Amino acid sequence: MFPELNDLLNASPDRAEPGKLTLLCDAETDGSFLVHHFLSFYLKADCKVCFVALVQSFSHYNIVGQKLGVSLTTARERGQLVFLEGLRSAVDVFFRAEGEAHPLHFLREAKAASLQPLYEFVREALEPVDQREAAWKRPVLLVDDLSVLLSLGVGAVAVLDFVHYCRACVCCRLQGNIVALVHDSGDAEDEESDVLLNGLSHQSHLVLRAEGLATGFCRDVHGQLRVLWRTPSPPAQRGRSLTFQYKIQDKSVSFFAKGMSPAVL
Amino acid sequence: MAAEGTSGPGAWSPGSVAAAASKHNVTSFQRRGPRASGTESGGCRLVSIAGTRPSVRNGQLLVSTGLPALDQLLGGGLAVGTVLLIEEDKYNTYSPLLFKYFLAEGIVAGHTSLVASAKEDPADILQGLPAPLLDDNCKKELREDVHNDETSEFNSKMKIAWRYQLLPKMEQAGPVSSSKFGHYYDASKKIPRELIEASKWHGFFLPEKISSTLNEEPCSLTPGYIKLLQFIQKIIYEEGFDGSNPQKKQKNILRIAIQSLGSPLWGDDVCCTKNCDNSHSLTKFLFVLRGLLRTSLSACLITVPTHLIQNKAIIARITNLSDTVIHLESFIGSNRETNPLYKDYHGLIHIRQIPRLNNLMYDVSDVKDLAFKLKRKLFIIE
Repeated sequence: MFPELNDLLNASPDRAEPGKLTLLCDAETDGSFLVHHFLSFYLKADCKVCFVALVQSFSHYNIVGQKLGVSLTTARERGQLVFLEGLRSAVDVFFRAEGEAHPLHFLREAKAASLQPLYEFVREALEPVDQREAAWKRPVLLVDDLSVLLSLGVGAVAVLDFVHYCRACVCCRLQGNIVALVHDSGDAEDEESDVLLNGLSHQSHLVLRAEGLATGFCRDVHGQLRVLWRTPSPPAQRGRSLTFQYKIQDKSVSFFAKGMSPAVL
Repeated sequence: MAAEGTSGPGAWSPGSVAAAASKHNVTSFQRRGPRASGTESGGCRLVSIAGTRPSVRNGQLLVSTGLPALDQLLGGGLAVGTVLLIEEDKYNTYSPLLFKYFLAEGIVAGHTSLVASAKEDPADILQGLPAPLLDDNCKKELREDVHNDETSEFNSKMKIAWRYQLLPKMEQAGPVSSSKFGHYYDASKKIPRELIEASKWHGFFLPEKISSTLNEEPCSLTPGYIKLLQFIQKIIYEEGFDGSNPQKKQKNILRIAIQSLGSPLWGDDVCCTKNCDNSHSLTKFLFVLRGLLRTSLSACLITVPTHLIQNKAIIARITNLSDTVIHLESFIGSNRETNPLYKDYHGLIHIRQIPRLNNLMYDVSDVKDLAFKLKRKLFIIE
């Protein structure tokens, strides 16, 4: 959790707004620091988190989480975190016997059609079952990242359907939040990726877009972050967009206005 | 810069953020510290394996790419469990060299190798590896090593300066190798035959594997990729690289090298048409491969002829699915060949992607684009 980003977004773990879809998007840079932010943010906010991690291994998220002050291992033991490790499951799905239903079963299929098993997994993970579960404030779905699904042969429409189902279930019915990361392929002429990105931008309430600097690589400024509020509330911020530059440090990220990097002042 | 590549872990001192700052810290003390105790200093905390060292940045075990200058660019080396993707240069002149350096380094360090190719027989590839340039002491040690383990131990004891003898010896030298991290190679000579014979390697030659069975279960992957994945998985599982046999005495690293993945010879049509049916084969393969690597003690180098791939979207996806990506661009046939600025060099090396492992940020090196030249013997990056 980066306190500076919380200030910018006017959010804090004590009062996280329910029913929101936050879209994280990165173009020509790596936006994974945003994923780490939201993971630690919601774990600190005592939310029940379902994390679909397709990019890195559990230990990676765990070690970075510890730097940000949360332990994924304990969260998982307490039942607060449901972690789907994509890389490990891919190997399981691919080499183990057939027949068992697995959230990532589409990996085996010649024509990957639907993400229904994955949706079922998310729904079961976040559905409150007993009194003990009620200890967690609200359910949160975190996906890192949706673009990987495209690479695994799922169509853009299927991914949009998946997000829509999740939104209906998590955001509306359970009053929770969804945070998802997608890559902006930029000039790579990736039609599917463009369809996905546009579709998601249309659905989401808040878009955080991390971009590499147009002028190229720089040691003191790692990129810029655009914040776009699309929510009805708060009214003052509707449709407002802000741009900041950021520098990633060992345990946090510092944000500053454009051109106001401490290194150049 | 190439010379600095040997300076070892000291060049990346912990805590310092800027690479420039750390360069000032490379005093004689810092440099000698990790070197004198070799790989063992932190290795004993993790797993002590010859030819590896822990990263000072993220605690990951690193292996050398066989090119100390490239190791330095990549933040010390290639992390175990990750994929290094090399985008081949246009005429495929220089990428096979990096491929061979990677394998040669594995053989010198005593790692197990897995060579996969659809073009050349793996045995032939191994025969053509460059010879390591060891200093005389090492060479003598190496020669005797092959025949007799006992004498080599004695020999290496003689070699060490007297004050280092006081240091506890933590690691047993592997049967063949010098456990040093990263070596230089002489591209004009072939690797000694006995070294190859002493090393452990597995070859995957696609034409041999694919002919046997034709009816596969319907899957979205091309048969060649399925075979290769099954082959890798079998070796990882059988030889305990996944850590499943903790009683195994000596842990080792598996080096996987895959040549020209995605080329038409692999039965993939990404190079032929823009909108092919199984355009997800390659990306799926990479995803499952990365899953295999993350759960085992192995490092992988893949060369991909990206200039042949018609669909730019696939290249972007491949990049996103691998950990480290470097691109080779040779000057052959381009107008840069005659550019006086580049007259001493043979090509450019672009670092496209550096992984973030256990860390928010990655190892920042100052420059992303460097030039390389191939001398008669050495491959130099600067």
